[in-house]
Amino acid sequence: MNASTCSLCTIWNSSIGKKLLVALTGLVLVLFLAGHLAGNLLIFVGEEAFNEYAEMLHTMLHGAGVWIARAVLLTCLVIHVVATISLTRLNRAASPKYVHEQTIQASKSSRIMIWSGLTILAFVIFHLLHFTVRVDSGLAEIAKTNPHKMVIVGFSNGLVVLFYAIAMTLLCSHLSHGVASIFQTLGLRSKKSAPLIEKLSKGYALVIWLGFLSIPLAIYFFKFGR
Amino acid sequence: MLNLTLKVWRQKTPQDQGSIETYDAKNIPEEASFLEMLDIVNERIIESGGEPIHFDHDCREGICGACSLTINGVPHSKEKGITSCQVHMRKFRDGDTIWIEPFRARAFPVIRDLIVDRSAMDRIIAAGGYIDVRTGSAVDANSLPIPKPDADAAFDAAACIGCGACIAACKNSSAMLFTAAKVSHLGHLPQGQPERDKRVLAMVRQMDAEGFGNCTNQYECEAACPKEISVDHIARMNRDYTVASLKEQLV
Repeated sequence: MNASTCSLCTIWNSSIGKKLLVALTGLVLVLFLAGHLAGNLLIFVGEEAFNEYAEMLHTMLHGAGVWIARAVLLTCLVIHVVATISLTRLNRAASPKYVHEQTIQASKSSRIMIWSGLTILAFVIFHLLHFTVRVDSGLAEIAKTNPHKMVIVGFSNGLVVLFYAIAMTLLCSHLSHGVASIFQTLGLRSKKSAPLIEKLSKGYALVIWLGFLSIPLAIYFFKFGR
Repeated sequence: MLNLTLKVWRQKTPQDQGSIETYDAKNIPEEASFLEMLDIVNERIIESGGEPIHFDHDCREGICGACSLTINGVPHSKEKGITSCQVHMRKFRDGDTIWIEPFRARAFPVIRDLIVDRSAMDRIIAAGGYIDVRTGSAVDANSLPIPKPDADAAFDAAACIGCGACIAACKNSSAMLFTAAKVSHLGHLPQGQPERDKRVLAMVRQMDAEGFGNCTNQYECEAACPKEISVDHIARMNRDYTVASLKEQLV
């Protein structure tokens, strides 16, 4: 084994090192969400703007851009998921339960991170099959000529909207603890900045929740674009 | 006078399964401390020929860190900034049921009843919680200038009495607050600088080796700490460890 692989092993095998990877990959995914949301909201600007944006994503860097982004995001996702599952298993092994359990101040969101995370993972897989791989041949046909219409048709299904809403709500919960945790794990939180970080974390989670939910809700309930 | 029901963890040996036993604690004076209440209950158990409830205690004035009771699910009780021995019975109401369990963590094996083995923390200190300097007569207090904020931060961290409540309160039994307080205490001072990287690496590695869990930033530790030590020290240790680790691995 060469030196650089060994260094990574050492970092991976330490508690703080693994958490650092969770924080850094989490940061990439958090920032991706903002970009993804900004692009998605173009659907309210109009069919032309949204389709141009979709076209731009696929032609960026002669078509390589989207694949670079996918590779980076997939790598981050895999590291984030593998590390958090490993940490959760270690944590469970380290902590015997009290007969009379009590929580002093830990938020509900912080206590269900692994479950909100795994649900989001299931959603991401579904979401990719739905809108990226397009396993539905009807939807795939529409997407070739009009991505805007693909979104409208995709969100005309009640079950899809329901799963989307559940996943976005859990994502909001995940972010409300996760964003603030990034700062603490990277060592950037202090008593002075803590209130600001808490507000930023909850605010960001709320913006992501409202932003992403607005699209399927507008299409399904308010017949936007239909 | 208070009449209480106690639900106490009883465990004969480290290997024993252990279970909750119920005791009636009648006629407990309100001015008694929590440990005095246990003393009264124990005297009655001894009088009736039973084995008293074993628990750790020493100074009984909140500074030694020996007492280690989880009272109603919270290490040192839900009262802020105090140890178990500083909990007073006037905080309870007549007819209350009180759950008393040991400080739980896989790395804190139960020795008997409410007594746990906390020597894992000593081994973390032994791994690097010191400075290698020649001892002897103390140097002049002002010969080494230390900025007031640094001195204050070091002192706040040094207030840790090593009771282990942070670990017992943590959902993951993580020892991050304890270790961070010890790392920060010396890391804030000029005397601690030469071994700053070596210290944080050694102490975190020992912490991992002892089988403590990992921090999930829920700050239960800070809320349970009898000395109210801030999780700022954990952020600082994360920073120190990252820098030291990268230097060690890549530079």
